[in-house]
Amino acid sequence: MYSEKVMDHFMNPRNVGEIEDADGVGEVGNAKCGDIMKIYLKIRDNRIVDVKFKTFGCGAAIASSSMATELIKGKTIEEALELTNKAVAEALDGLPPIKMHCSVLAEQAIKAAIEDYRRRQQEKQVNS
Amino acid sequence: MQRRVYMDHAATTYTKQEVLDEMLPYFKEIYGNPSSVHGFGREARKAVDLARERTAAALNVSPEEIYFTSGGTEADNWAIKGVAWANKERGNHIITTSIEHHAVLHTCQYLEKMGFEVTYLPVDSYGLVYPEQVKEAITDKTILISVMFANNEIGTIEPIKEIGQIARERGIYFHTDAVQAVGHIPVDVKDMNIDLLSLSAHKFYGPKGVGALYIRKGVKLHPFIHGGAQERNRRAGTENLPGIVGLGKAIELAVSNLEENSKRLTAMRDRLISGVLNSIENVRLNGHPTKRLPGNANFSFEFIEGESLLLSLDMKGIAASSGSACTSGSLDPSHVLLAIGLPHEIAHGSLRLTLGDDNTDEDIDYVLEVLPGIVKRLREMSPLFAQHKGGKHYV
Ligand SMILES: Cc1ncc(COP(=O)(O)O)c(C=O)c1O
Ligand code: FES
Repeated sequence: MYSEKVMDHFMNPRNVGEIEDADGVGEVGNAKCGDIMKIYLKIRDNRIVDVKFKTFGCGAAIASSSMATELIKGKTIEEALELTNKAVAEALDGLPPIKMHCSVLAEQAIKAAIEDYRRRQQEKQVNS
Repeated sequence: MQRRVYMDHAATTYTKQEVLDEMLPYFKEIYGNPSSVHGFGREARKAVDLARERTAAALNVSPEEIYFTSGGTEADNWAIKGVAWANKERGNHIITTSIEHHAVLHTCQYLEKMGFEVTYLPVDSYGLVYPEQVKEAITDKTILISVMFANNEIGTIEPIKEIGQIARERGIYFHTDAVQAVGHIPVDVKDMNIDLLSLSAHKFYGPKGVGALYIRKGVKLHPFIHGGAQERNRRAGTENLPGIVGLGKAIELAVSNLEENSKRLTAMRDRLISGVLNSIENVRLNGHPTKRLPGNANFSFEFIEGESLLLSLDMKGIAASSGSACTSGSLDPSHVLLAIGLPHEIAHGSLRLTLGDDNTDEDIDYVLEVLPGIVKRLREMSPLFAQHKGGKHYV
């Protein structure tokens, strides 16, 4: 049911883990099946220099997390915000229709992490 | 070559060689229509009769009480709708349980839309139905009680004899979905006061797409499939001749080796269960420790999700199944796991391993060897596990 690429990213996921001093952390849950995805970002000069994830979910959710983190690594924040779940699914050579929502989770987790980063930046400005 | 281990026998079994050997002539050599008057037909009829006798003997009933169907699903549909429509003048109330197979549950939900009332009895944390609760649920409108013999997911064996006795005393028809039980544990229809019983050949090393409904003599129910006069006017359609032959042989084999097989499987199952519980943390056994099907083991691993567990096992050649929402097609977790009181996230990490004839002690060793590593790898990827280790619990 899954493409070879999905299985590759599931069995050998890229960027699994946490970043201790992350600049932005996003955690989202899936209303559909109850899964959870957490993304950590390290950002320098508006660019994502490191990214890690942890996911509690199905094969498609883990592969989507892995692929999404690969796709935004080295990108600017603006570029990362443009990442859609469709692009993640396409990069994985497609997902079964019932599993499309798992790639939505990846898109949302990245957006949430960037939002968290921006909020922290604002707080820093207010405090300094 | 990689080891391949099939541990999904509750989903289906392979067809035994002896069974296949008996079936094969009925495709090409003995292919008459059992309803035909000529010799070709009479030969086919003889084979159907023999299968019916074998099935009846396995259940301790008479051959006239066995009706062949296209499987367990049809038998369940027929029993429930057939009784409901034929007895609606007497009452409109049906009692069943919250852990039935969808073949029963969805049939009952359909009847609710048609004006029937259905009580779905709760179960305890092991998945057991309490006979007293059955008794309390009975009203003067109750026409049918349907309780499964053994659960397909968690393997729990229900107190069928006690429930049958209650039904008999109150003059209410009692149906049991025995698809997972027949050929695996003793089923004595007479002794257990069963009026209707569903079974399916592919769960006991027979072919897929054939099953039977036992209907006690005198039970009032409507036909479900209308047409020709087959099955004594109660189930129309030209008989699935090779399938019925296969069912007859398979049930005979299963019942004659039942005790020995059940002992062997129970020992393997218990070694698998204790092996998993001892080598992995934060895991629970779902279902009853002893009142369970000989081949059934069902676990919940905290902090991980079932589909990713199945995929990882599959990569190691192990075939299993899960009640996780992500595997369900509807994205709802198993209704059985929710009914025994598991929270969604624990139902999520469920794994069912069901053993069968072709499994060996080496298979158990192999699963016990690879499973801890798989669980560990998935937990390391899980945000829930990180929070758990950090002393925080996800709520
Ligand atoms: C308890 C139970 N009832 C009914 C069925 C349906 O049987 P069949 O596959 O023969 O339609 C199954 C098998 O999946 C089952 O496990
Ligand atoms: S995470 Fe549940 S279906 Fe993908």
